[in-house]
Amino acid sequence: MSIEIRNITKTFGDFVALDDVSVGIRPGSLTALLGPSGGGKSTLLRIVAGLETADSGAVAIDGVDATRLPPQRRGVGFVFQHYAAFPHMTVARNVAFGLDIRHRPKDEVRARVEELLRLVHLEQFADRMPGQLSGGQRQRMALARALAVEPAVLLLDEPFGALDAKVRKELRDWLRRLHDQVHVTTVFVTHDQEEALEVADEIVVVSNGRVEQVGSPDDLYDSPASEFVMSFLGPVTMLGGRLVRPHDVELLGIAVVGSVAGVVEGVQRVGNEARIQVGVPGAPSVAAVLTRAALRDLDVRVGDTVWLRLAKGATSMAATPASSPDDAARGAGSVLTGAVSAPR
Amino acid sequence: MLRLVVIAYLVLLVAWPVSLVFTGALSDGLGPVIDTFTDPLVLRALRLTAVAVLWAVVLNTVFGVGVALLLVRRSFPGRRLLAALVDLPLAVSPVVVGLALVLVYGSRNGWLGAPLAQAGVQIVFSTPGIVLATTFIAMPLVLREVVPVLEEVGTDQEQAARSLGAGPWATFRRITLPAIRWGVVYGMVLCLARAIGEFGAVKVVSGNLIGQTQTATLSVEELYMNFDRQGAFAVAAALSSVSIVVIIIVGLLRTRMEKRRGS
Repeated sequence: MSIEIRNITKTFGDFVALDDVSVGIRPGSLTALLGPSGGGKSTLLRIVAGLETADSGAVAIDGVDATRLPPQRRGVGFVFQHYAAFPHMTVARNVAFGLDIRHRPKDEVRARVEELLRLVHLEQFADRMPGQLSGGQRQRMALARALAVEPAVLLLDEPFGALDAKVRKELRDWLRRLHDQVHVTTVFVTHDQEEALEVADEIVVVSNGRVEQVGSPDDLYDSPASEFVMSFLGPVTMLGGRLVRPHDVELLGIAVVGSVAGVVEGVQRVGNEARIQVGVPGAPSVAAVLTRAALRDLDVRVGDTVWLRLAKGATSMAATPASSPDDAARGAGSVLTGAVSAPR
Repeated sequence: MLRLVVIAYLVLLVAWPVSLVFTGALSDGLGPVIDTFTDPLVLRALRLTAVAVLWAVVLNTVFGVGVALLLVRRSFPGRRLLAALVDLPLAVSPVVVGLALVLVYGSRNGWLGAPLAQAGVQIVFSTPGIVLATTFIAMPLVLREVVPVLEEVGTDQEQAARSLGAGPWATFRRITLPAIRWGVVYGMVLCLARAIGEFGAVKVVSGNLIGQTQTATLSVEELYMNFDRQGAFAVAAALSSVSIVVIIIVGLLRTRMEKRRGS
């Protein structure tokens, strides 16, 4: 089932959470709303669910205008960051809630709950109370509960945000597999670009209440529409006045045509990755990332002179002329730390 | 050391005096106690108290939960004012409450009471007045217990229920009410205890017509004034037992529920 979001605007007092946002979500896709915290992505999701009302604009779910419909009539399943488990009901009753509300026959409810608990691998926990489950289990229960009513669309608001890194990774893979099984149109909100790139078919980058870009993970990574998208999706550095990714910077031991000379300022090994910082005269330091093997071949140390050039087929874009050298320097600085862990 | 101080304080202020009420009731054996509780006037007073308390608990529970939802879940102009206003009954002396009710509902001069009296409805010096006074003085007790619980529970569960297809009423009954039920029960117990013990406001609005508008607390006073100390203690002991028993039951229920929930 498709979702059409047209010209949605939402303000909280003076704060513009969403500014004339229009997005279409393809039926059966797994879409990530990606962006920094406070950028409006959660608000957008809640407006689609009917948990929040837009100041203006329209939402259509499966071709039906849902702008004025209350949440219980939109056919959406919603999963909250903090699970929103019903603590006074067993896991099975939690999952059955939507079916009970619809007064479905008892046998049908029991069969459906069993099926869903199997799907989320919680069949042996049916009679537990949510308080006895771990965070990851609770979130899987919440997912089963949302799926029970066969929603037209499944909406997840930072579904893994409250979980620790390992469980998070597991649930990510599991959500991807689940979606391949269930095929329900799914939209999830995340501020973690790795999560979006890994799980989603389609990514909508939202920032400052606006849609920055819509596309597949590869589209976005390979041809970002703006400096913001490029730097949000992964680490960036500056080479010859252009914004590039550190792994697209080639380090050479000899001068070639079109290369820039620089002096190695720092070498940091993290597992199989080597992060090299190169000082270039008249420009901010450049960050480059090599594999361990490439570093060994090159055999550079701090103080050595190297030549830098852009790898073939690299993604690059002109840095905005507006950014002063100061900004660029700061940008490059943050890249060096940014290369250690992907920007959040 | 601190524990000793607290225990001594509670014993001197609460446990000892209350236990003396019970021993006082039994000081001359069971005979006079039986006499007291077979006295038709005492029985009528107890029944009137029961009626007033029942109404007060029901009205204050419905009002308390409703207003708590309004205060916590909605934002509207005048919300703060309303929050302050509902605490008023606890701040004002019960005697003043009684007088205020007479001013409004008095059948001779009350600006609402006079027209009502002409229509044949008597409020002051009658059961409705006693119900009103009892309800008034215990008004915020349920509300005050429910508000913090509602705030703590948050709106996620309710929104989840809505997205799963529950309408506002089903959401309230299946999700909100179970979440706040201990707050509601505590509030009801407090309300019950407070309503049973109410004296000042009821005294003003009841007119203390023996056998008609005399509540149990008023009859305790009367028995005491007429030198029937044992009778007074007996009724007083009965009143406090009710509250104590209810509080114990709630305590037991709560422990059991928490064990079951495993949290």
